Amino acid sequence: MKRILNDLNKNRVWLLMVLPGTIWLLLFSYLPMFGQVLAFKKFRIDPDGFFASVINSEWVGLDNFKYLFSTNDAWIITRNTIFYNLIFIVLGLITAVATAVLLSELINKRLSKIYQTSILFPHFISWVIGSYFVFTFLSTEHGLLNLILGWFHVDPISWYNESKYWPFILVFMSIWKGVGYGSIVYLASIVGIDRTYYEAAMIDGASKWKQIKHVTLPMLKPLMIILTIMNIGRIFNSDFGLFYQVPRDSGSLYGVTNVIDTFVYRGLMNLGDIGMSTAAGLYQSAVGFILVIITNYIVRKVDEDSALF
Amino acid sequence: MPKLEQTQSSLAIPKSAEGIKGGEAHIPTKRYRDPQHLHPAANAIISVLLGILAFTCVFPFLYVIVISFTSEESIVRNGFELIPKEWSMDAYRYLWSMKEALLRSYGVTILITILGTIISVFMITFYAYAISRPQFKYRRFFTFLAFFTMLFSGGLVPTYIVVTQFLDLKNTIWALILPLAMNAFYIIIMRTFFLKSVSESILESARIDGASEWRIFFQIIFPLSLPGIATVALFSTLGYWNDWFAALLYIDDPNLVPLQALLMKIEANLEFMRQNMDVAIMQTSLFDTIPQESAKMAMVVIATLPIAVSYPFFQKYFISGLTIGGVKE
Repeated sequence: MKRILNDLNKNRVWLLMVLPGTIWLLLFSYLPMFGQVLAFKKFRIDPDGFFASVINSEWVGLDNFKYLFSTNDAWIITRNTIFYNLIFIVLGLITAVATAVLLSELINKRLSKIYQTSILFPHFISWVIGSYFVFTFLSTEHGLLNLILGWFHVDPISWYNESKYWPFILVFMSIWKGVGYGSIVYLASIVGIDRTYYEAAMIDGASKWKQIKHVTLPMLKPLMIILTIMNIGRIFNSDFGLFYQVPRDSGSLYGVTNVIDTFVYRGLMNLGDIGMSTAAGLYQSAVGFILVIITNYIVRKVDEDSALF
Repeated sequence: MPKLEQTQSSLAIPKSAEGIKGGEAHIPTKRYRDPQHLHPAANAIISVLLGILAFTCVFPFLYVIVISFTSEESIVRNGFELIPKEWSMDAYRYLWSMKEALLRSYGVTILITILGTIISVFMITFYAYAISRPQFKYRRFFTFLAFFTMLFSGGLVPTYIVVTQFLDLKNTIWALILPLAMNAFYIIIMRTFFLKSVSESILESARIDGASEWRIFFQIIFPLSLPGIATVALFSTLGYWNDWFAALLYIDDPNLVPLQALLMKIEANLEFMRQNMDVAIMQTSLFDTIPQESAKMAMVVIATLPIAVSYPFFQKYFISGLTIGGVKE
């Protein structure tokens, strides 16, 4: 009896500790999850408050989804989201691992540190600032690229209206911002590799290149697999800032810059179409959920310790 | 561009490895030294390649600084030059004349960063610590409660409706603070950190001495876990400083616009600030032409400078923080 009382008493302390976080989770995560039912409703504001608005809104079944998928947009945003994410995953992996390996092999460790600091810098910059960085290069009247084109007597290009360049620009910017973070994750893993593996390899006469190929890369393989699979699980989500700020919300670029996140945002803020944009958001959440479950299942098969759950 | 550099550099390595083989026949002593380090030539090539990458990462910021010191006439005539023909402080003088609006935005950003970081650090560490303790009977339930939000999200539109209509936070400072205050990912990181770094035996002895769980938390756990807590604090500080999305959604009131959001709609904002500028300054016509372009860049500079200056110092903690949660990411 005393132990049960003591247990309850201890739990009271713990319950108090989780209380603020729990309230937050209920308000900012679980209430919106409940709000996802709006995807099946025609939203109407009720004077009796939020719950009344959600409950009293009229059911429309799958109309919002039918409307969403009847337009060309659903296909474009899905294609763009998946296509960009796949490229980001592949190129991000290659650049991050390569940079990490090279940084770890540099003889001058001081130089390596300076490089790390520089390469990580873009990670700390918001996409608002990033979009100005891009603007200094792409501005039609003053930008550096058109300036350089001018030296060769090439006509200036209206970068923010020409969608054919944007897949490259967006991929470049994504790598530019992400390579530092990625490489430092891998670098931390390289630093943790037991030096005796390298010593054994050297005794066997392995050159530096062979050491990288047969020691470093195999040791990084589990991390590479896990991070890649996790990224595949998030393939339906994209970096809103990259696709909204960097192209400066330019309408003529929507064909190649519109992803699910920007579509949902514009549906809400510009069109005010709550039903349709909630449907698009639910489509994203649901597919994302299934993908995370599947990828976690695969991770479990590959390496049980790395699985999320 | 980085991809190109990488493929070139990975080609450079085998070449140098052959170079080592060729060299070792002549100088036997080199045989011992070489496998430990890169061949000097390979090292030089890699240094240059990584140097290009490193330069690419910081160059835009340097370029923006240069533009911000270029005179407006020079920009109109020659564009954004790498080395402008005419330097000028006009952009900064122009911003100075609108310092009230700027300082207000700076103030909003600093306020939400400090307040938000404190709130989120306490919420996250309390939550993570409680679910890391084996004594907490309901830890599995609360772990799942946090964890599930990583798998399935409520989506933008329902969140927007909850924040604006249920919580009624639109155009309040809390709309900039609360939506970013918690993050299930940080909770899981901190939980792993507590599980790894806090040994039950220390806690047991403190409990035998009659210390309450709160005292244990503040006097033992908190100092012991400072590296982990500092990491969460750092992530969250950066998150608040760089956030513009909350402002984009929830803020129309010009008095509540944080710095990043001010930059976001700079054309409209420069116009707005000019209208609010001292009439006296307008009449003395301090500026022949309004330094539109350079003023934008000057604002980018003053918004980025705090991070650029402090970043080399906190970078160390950031990296150690990555390794705390790196495995479970």
